[in-house]
Amino acid sequence: MTTTSAEDFDTIRIENLGRRFGGTTALQGFDLTVERGEFIALLGPSGCGKSTALNCLAGLLPLTDGQIYVGEQRVDVLPPEKRDFGMVFQSYALFPHLTVAKNVAFGLQMRGVSRRETTRRVDDALRLVRLEDQAGKLPGQLSGGQQQRVAIARAIVIEPRVVLMDEPLSNLDAKLRLEMRTEIRRLHQTLGLTTIYVTHDQEEALSLADRLVVLRAGRVQQIGTPQQLHDNPANWHVADFMGYRNLIDATVAGEPDGQGRVRIEADDLSLLGAAVNPVMPGDRVRIAVRPSDLVVHTAALAATSPVNTLEAQVEIVEYQGREYSVEVRTSAGRVLHVRADLAPEVGATVLLSVDPSRALVYQDDLDGIPAVDPAAVVTA
Amino acid sequence: MTTATARTKPPRGSASLRHRLADRGIDSQLLFLVPAIVFILALFVYPFAYGFGLTLQPSEETVDRWGGGILANYVRFFGDAFTFESVWLTARLAIPAALFNVLAAIPLAIKLKHRFRGKRLISTLLVLPITLGTVLTAQGLLIFAGRQGWLNQALLNLGIIDQPLELVHNYIGVLLSLIISGFPFAFLLISSYLSGIDPSLDRAARSLGAGWGQRFFRITLPLLAPGLATTFILTFVLAFSVFPSATLVGDPSGSTRVLAVVAYRFFGEQFDYPMASTVAIMMGLAELVVVAIVLLGRSFLYKGSTGGKG
Repeated sequence: MTTTSAEDFDTIRIENLGRRFGGTTALQGFDLTVERGEFIALLGPSGCGKSTALNCLAGLLPLTDGQIYVGEQRVDVLPPEKRDFGMVFQSYALFPHLTVAKNVAFGLQMRGVSRRETTRRVDDALRLVRLEDQAGKLPGQLSGGQQQRVAIARAIVIEPRVVLMDEPLSNLDAKLRLEMRTEIRRLHQTLGLTTIYVTHDQEEALSLADRLVVLRAGRVQQIGTPQQLHDNPANWHVADFMGYRNLIDATVAGEPDGQGRVRIEADDLSLLGAAVNPVMPGDRVRIAVRPSDLVVHTAALAATSPVNTLEAQVEIVEYQGREYSVEVRTSAGRVLHVRADLAPEVGATVLLSVDPSRALVYQDDLDGIPAVDPAAVVTA
Repeated sequence: MTTATARTKPPRGSASLRHRLADRGIDSQLLFLVPAIVFILALFVYPFAYGFGLTLQPSEETVDRWGGGILANYVRFFGDAFTFESVWLTARLAIPAALFNVLAAIPLAIKLKHRFRGKRLISTLLVLPITLGTVLTAQGLLIFAGRQGWLNQALLNLGIIDQPLELVHNYIGVLLSLIISGFPFAFLLISSYLSGIDPSLDRAARSLGAGWGQRFFRITLPLLAPGLATTFILTFVLAFSVFPSATLVGDPSGSTRVLAVVAYRFFGEQFDYPMASTVAIMMGLAELVVVAIVLLGRSFLYKGSTGGKG
């Protein structure tokens, strides 16, 4: 019986995890402490090391550096079959020759659970993922979404200490992906299993996770709650991932004032922004602004004399339900993304304004800045 | 009569005849089949029918001695120890050789599925015997494993044996030759079947707590089994029709008097074409029996997608 296995630890500690492939470093200095029951998302573009980290945790890839502890037990020295981690694969990896019920029962049989107990737990797990009618079918007879639900049932039925999910939704179409996202959230709320979830989709990560880990080129960029990352990205890379679609290269034109505001200038604009990293006059910086933080003032409204503005010409207007997504171009040819409640005229010149606190100013150079200490971000 | 109207044929489409024929797979591309059909008719169907006809025209000598009218050749095949025992002698060579080839190829194919240094060299060495003809293999075996061969010389000089091992001109010699020539086929086939199995299945099984043996017997083997059956059939058929090595490194008048040798005797020494054809037909029949048994067993196995490519 392994039902008690989920009870015997409080945290999972990942210390200085590293993995090199030949000469290239896929993952470096990865530190993370996961509380029991927490849902962690590893987020980053492809090749950032997030899947490497997951495979190292599962034991499917040997480590080059570091240790992994579950409670006080060191697990990185154990083979995958001894770790008691459940894994959900992007390709589902269902056993094609076994029925749905036997797929789900597989892990329990490997653990020597009695037949009666196995049947009961398989039934429970299938009911949980709403597939009780499909128990006798082969995986090939199911749709993609159903197959992924079987894969999830197979991983959670063994009540593993940790559930690892490797981009489980990326093979599904957009509508199913949303449904399954809710399903995964529901399962996590019901069962409270510690989960580490890998994805490249920031919406998925934000909506599912208690905490996010953003990776780039094998290094952690920021760790924090969805809100922390959403509102206070630690560098422009994280900002880019968090939906700050407008990244403007510019130069610092003056000393920061008391509130951390700083004037930055580029060839066609001059704005006040909030310096996130320490900056000096003359530094090359990158300003990150969300489309929704750029307010459009059409000629008629210009009388209200907004501050912190720039001028641009409307190029593309897309209707997106409640609002419009607008692409504008500045006199220097810079393309900016804006949201507007009313559709501006294509070709019209508009005035855009931004609250200085929502124009985040970052150091241009990513590697010069040390990875942000999560504790520091919490207080920010 | 509503039922009658419900059963009327769907209306015929207004497309041209050409389109309607193409819809059923009849178009000018069928002409590509012509060479293959001519080839099969001229080189298989006609000779086979002719040979079968011959078996029903037994020589007077056979009819006098074995009776049975036009079936005298078949009566003789089952009645004459010289021919009937040969079925057993052939099976005794072909089945163990095919079994060994399949079973020995599995671990090698599994090991060589992973990438490692020197993999290409090893696979090349394993497949190389395909390029050698059976005659060359037999010649090599005689030189290597004969009474005066390197192997016996070495073992004698090392004092491991005091009498040369009898490895050629007997059952063992032919078995060795069948393994050398059949193994590369088995290895290549099983490797390709194996590469069709999604490697993440193995990882999934690991994460669920399955050890090495459990993964092999519960995941890999069931998915590989239909491929193993096919591989067994192919190497078995190759081995069952053995002729050159049975004469060159075997004992063709004794323990390796396989069906092909018997047929050749009737044809080349006794000039009894009808009897030679009968042996050939019975050889095909014996193969069919084994193939049918294996295919029957295969029909109980999972044959769907194996989760990977191919």
